[in-house]
Amino acid sequence: MNAPVLDRRKVLSGGALVVAFAMTSRLLGDAVGGGEGGAGPKVVRPDLEGSLKTDPWLDAWIRIDAEGQATVCSGKAELGQGIRTALLQVVAEELDMPPAAITFITADTGRTPDEGLTAGSHSMQDSGTALANAGANVRMLLIGAAAKRLGIPVRELDTTGDGHIAARDGRRVSYGEAARALSLHVEAVADAPRRSPQSYRTMNRDFRRVDIPAKLTGGEAYVQDMRLPGMVHARVVRGPSYGTRLTAPDIAAARKMPGVLRIIQNGQFLAIVARKEWQAIQAMRVAQTSDYVKTGPDLPGEQGPRRLQSLASREIIVEQSDDGPKASTRTFKGSFSRPWYSHGSIGPSCAVAHLHGGELTIWSHSQGVFDMHRATAELVGLAPDKVRVIHTPSAGCYGHNGADDATAEAGLIAMQLPGVPVRLQWMREQEFGWEPCGCGMVTQIEASIGPDNKIAHWKYEVWSNSHNNRAVGAGGYAVAQEIVPGFPMQVPAPIPMPEGDGDRNANPLYVFNNMDIRYHFVPEMPMRVSALRSLGAHLNIFTMEAALDELAKAGGVDPLAFRLAHMQDERARAVMLRATDAFGWSKRLRGDGRRGCGMAFARYKNRGAYCAIALEIEIERETGAITIHRVNAAVDAGQPANPNGIRNQIEGGIIQSLSWAIHEDMTYDTSKRTGFDWGTYPILRFDQVPGSIDVDIVESAGLPFLGAGEAAQGPTSAALANAIADAAGVRLCDMPLTPAKVKAAIGNAG
Amino acid sequence: MLAAMAAGVLALGLTWRPTISAIDRPQAGSFPAAQVNQGAILAKLGDCAVCHTATGGRALAGGRPLATPFGTLFASNITPDAETGIGNWSYEAFRRAMRDGVSRTGSHLYPALPYDHYTHVTEGDLQAIYAYLMTRRPVHAPKPDNKLIFPLGFRPLLAGWKFLYLRHGDVPYDSGQSARYNRGAYLAEGLGHCGGCHTPRNLMGAEVASKAYAGGIAEGWRAPPLNAENPAARKWTADSLYTFLRTGVSPDHSAAGGPMGPVVESLSSVPEEEVRALSVYFAAKMGKAAPAKAEAEPVDRPAEAVAAFPEGARIFAGACAGCHGPGAPMMSQGRPALGLSTDLTDSEPTSAIQAVLQGIEPPVEGRGPKMPAFAPSLTDGQVAAVLGYVRTRYTHKPAWNHLEHDVRQARKEGGQP
Amino acid sequence: MTFELTVNDKTHIVDAEAETPLLYVLRGELGLNGPKYGCGLGQCGACTVQLGGKAVYSCLTPLITVGEREVRTVEGLGGVDSMNPLQQAFADEQAAQCGYCIAGMIMRAQALLDENPHPTEAEIRSHMQPNLCRCGTHMRILRAIRRVAAVPAGAAA
Repeated sequence: MNAPVLDRRKVLSGGALVVAFAMTSRLLGDAVGGGEGGAGPKVVRPDLEGSLKTDPWLDAWIRIDAEGQATVCSGKAELGQGIRTALLQVVAEELDMPPAAITFITADTGRTPDEGLTAGSHSMQDSGTALANAGANVRMLLIGAAAKRLGIPVRELDTTGDGHIAARDGRRVSYGEAARALSLHVEAVADAPRRSPQSYRTMNRDFRRVDIPAKLTGGEAYVQDMRLPGMVHARVVRGPSYGTRLTAPDIAAARKMPGVLRIIQNGQFLAIVARKEWQAIQAMRVAQTSDYVKTGPDLPGEQGPRRLQSLASREIIVEQSDDGPKASTRTFKGSFSRPWYSHGSIGPSCAVAHLHGGELTIWSHSQGVFDMHRATAELVGLAPDKVRVIHTPSAGCYGHNGADDATAEAGLIAMQLPGVPVRLQWMREQEFGWEPCGCGMVTQIEASIGPDNKIAHWKYEVWSNSHNNRAVGAGGYAVAQEIVPGFPMQVPAPIPMPEGDGDRNANPLYVFNNMDIRYHFVPEMPMRVSALRSLGAHLNIFTMEAALDELAKAGGVDPLAFRLAHMQDERARAVMLRATDAFGWSKRLRGDGRRGCGMAFARYKNRGAYCAIALEIEIERETGAITIHRVNAAVDAGQPANPNGIRNQIEGGIIQSLSWAIHEDMTYDTSKRTGFDWGTYPILRFDQVPGSIDVDIVESAGLPFLGAGEAAQGPTSAALANAIADAAGVRLCDMPLTPAKVKAAIGNAG
Repeated sequence: MLAAMAAGVLALGLTWRPTISAIDRPQAGSFPAAQVNQGAILAKLGDCAVCHTATGGRALAGGRPLATPFGTLFASNITPDAETGIGNWSYEAFRRAMRDGVSRTGSHLYPALPYDHYTHVTEGDLQAIYAYLMTRRPVHAPKPDNKLIFPLGFRPLLAGWKFLYLRHGDVPYDSGQSARYNRGAYLAEGLGHCGGCHTPRNLMGAEVASKAYAGGIAEGWRAPPLNAENPAARKWTADSLYTFLRTGVSPDHSAAGGPMGPVVESLSSVPEEEVRALSVYFAAKMGKAAPAKAEAEPVDRPAEAVAAFPEGARIFAGACAGCHGPGAPMMSQGRPALGLSTDLTDSEPTSAIQAVLQGIEPPVEGRGPKMPAFAPSLTDGQVAAVLGYVRTRYTHKPAWNHLEHDVRQARKEGGQP
Repeated sequence: MTFELTVNDKTHIVDAEAETPLLYVLRGELGLNGPKYGCGLGQCGACTVQLGGKAVYSCLTPLITVGEREVRTVEGLGGVDSMNPLQQAFADEQAAQCGYCIAGMIMRAQALLDENPHPTEAEIRSHMQPNLCRCGTHMRILRAIRRVAAVPAGAAA
């Protein structure tokens, strides 16, 4: 690691650390395992690609039985993003066999490779790449075995796509036959030949998602749907939000409620176990009839996210460049913010836990089952190999919601009920009140253009808590500070660049002169926070793209032309052009006080998918209400595995980002969060979704997979704010951009 | 025959009003910015946009249907579009409409436009509202034709109505009261037209002056009495009224439902002082409300209620208690208990029925109390059972009679499924 | 207490407390998965089922109120190999991400289509307003409903 780069201006005084992460980040940046911290697996074969780096054994990923049926394992989980189908397509393609002949096992600490978290848009990159190469290795070995069996050279053989290897003379060997002569307990090689994109049979097709039919017909699709023999139902009893404690829960009354089997009490942790789910809820309500006190840190108060700027912080230099003195003709200065967001999963978190024969099995929708099995083991006092966590789908989580906590709590409860499977589900208000929120954040920008309309100076600062407080030990769960003896709270740490967390995408992909970009990492958390889809990229892109529009306007340059003038990455230019062409940018209506258009671009983390958004809106000047007429997006996610899946992720990202930008705000008072239902935490509903969304995929055949799950969030909110500025002539900097704020900016008479 | 004709001509003559000449739309710049700004606030206090904006339509461009006992009226376009709005109205024409209920072309306007209240608005305020409206962006939006029962489509009849019920003049200043009170009185009696809903109407659709603020009906909801008859369990104070009018929910009372929602939405963004003034005025009006105390403990009599309404108790436990019961999240978040709800202590079950059938949408910015509609899931008998239960459980008032009949009626009139 | 309940054309005798919301009866007593717990407050629509042909929140429908009205859940529309036209349209449009809201979406949309086979876009959006989707699958859900709305009754069977 390099010596710390000390800034000559010494922004922070007294004990503040000034650390440069540049070198470490280059090394960590290529890590697998989700790229968002966690105690990910160790790299053992850096020469291999994707998660093969951490688990190079082919039979950890792929096994083929004598009948030619394949069993494939991935450590990544289906979160509703369609990854199961995409990964299946990838491995089927490289194995060159029908997906239907593959049994696919995902994210099970007892059966699959440890691929760390399913997060950070890493699943295609980590697991897709591993499966592609493992599949290519296995296919190569199968062809080799067939060649040996037929006594002909490998070059005279090819796979047929239906589980056979065919020779030019017409002889065929089935995969089963070939596999019989083969051990897959070998390490992968780096150069197994991949199938060429021109001959793809399964990949780059709109293969229908394998998990959807059950979801449309009431099949057992979710952890919530599990019904193990003898299973009982649990509810936890808590104050209204994280950082509160009930003073006098009525345990005696709850115990007398119908169907109640057990009351679990450990320190402040209190749970009801009942025969039926409704009985557990009723008893929980009875127990919960109690006053509460605040026990947690002070909430942000009236300053909102700007409170972060008055807390102690550690400065991290993200990027600095010195291009010599440059003249500035126009300058834009601004400070931007976003509030705390709820993940807002439609289904509150749920887990099923079963202690059987001294081993604890938990079915969980955590994004990090591998971390969970270690941390939960520590929490409940079992050896890690006695705890198995099996990922089971649930409602979308969009990051670190209540899933991990519910899993750990189900484990604690099940420890008290040996032999009895326990299903715990949080209540709606518990999910809102207790899950870690997405971080509130603040940015400041001062940027100038010179006479050439090029950016001459770019000074940027961002304030944020850690976006990664996933449990790597027992102390990471909320319940760990409720039980006795407890575990101290996990110490928050930033994710180093180039992935970054609060500073994710704070470093421009654009080429600017004289950059000075700093991340003020704030360890103290006024609100419990952790990862929410796109982490800090959301506000950083929002800020950067707003500044670009303002500077373009100041220089009298079209926003698209201004961006292109600062962008050298050809793929970035291509998505900007594709989105704006489809939108009709050059012929767009110009802001007329009511209607207007905006665009924005980002490459997620500067190393993930490229995404550009253009949209047209209309503002009702009397109320500030925003109508989004149409949205065009273009995305380059490398080699697409399932184009429809990419489109689905981008469409969803756009709508979720619009919801964040327009509506969302986790409110609080002096003692607790006050967002507790869909009335106090409204999100976008059908009457407000855009008139149309069209997503174009810029295909990059044969190039590495780039996950698309978080690519649209930053550009969409940014394009919206730019469209508001175009339409109404007002630059809004503090999300949510509610009608009241739009109206206030326009003015009463406006 | 001749005499009859002569009488007719005479009658028409009495009702006849001249056309006021069309003008070219005044330049937006011809109004001082401060006046336009003031007009914007006054227009909110007058709820202009509430009635003159159709669902999904452009603000102030009209077209919103208003169901009345006499048929359906459609709000007119009050943007300054020359052809379909009021773009060619001079200030004199505007003032005549607001004060006398006569359109620029001389025809009489239905009192759905509350000119019986607007007539009290000062000249300066009318000028400001005019300035505000004439500086809006014109929207071309023709008004749908009204659908009225015969013979009310014949507008000269309205002259008779005005003769009987339209009283001009300033809102009297009560020197025995504070300036704030008097400001509240001016706003409430004039622009706010609060009596439009909260005062009962006679068969002619006019407010009964002798029963001012004795409670009325608006769009199927009951606007509770705002005089000494106010049935609130806890006495309204100026502070609690302010919170309610500003946010749509008072922790000591209940949430704004039905047509009160849009009123709150308007009041949420006007200067604080105006809402304080309204609050002081109405707190004084309700001041004499007899036994209610500011800190009265909410009533809760589950045993009596379950004995009287066993089925209602079951329905309540499964359909309502998840929000309104003890230990429910709303309760720990400080929302008012049902024992404080005016809908339940009211002499009429009207609003309670509507709240159950239609639910409540958060009035301000879509954020706040949100109650689902039970019309699709509960039968009339079930709504009656649960309301009978909550009336007994949460109040000391006598049971409502004919509940099921009233529910059926409300469902029919509200077009509920 | 025991209740007789008609769900998806079958009559069941269930033993549960009279106030138990239908959601827990369908899931806990009858083993159905379609209706989901989302909020228990009638604000998200994940639990939507049809009761007497109308879309209702099963989380707020006490067992005692069901009476003789027929209950239909998404299981009653069709299975994986026998999807009804609306389910098929959702499959064709790949109208799901996590899918937790989708059974409720289908049940609410089906109630509209049963009453009005050719709703307008505005009618569809307004009808679907009570149901929340967090993944942002709205455009696909709307497309799926439109797909069925445009098909003359019976033509897709």
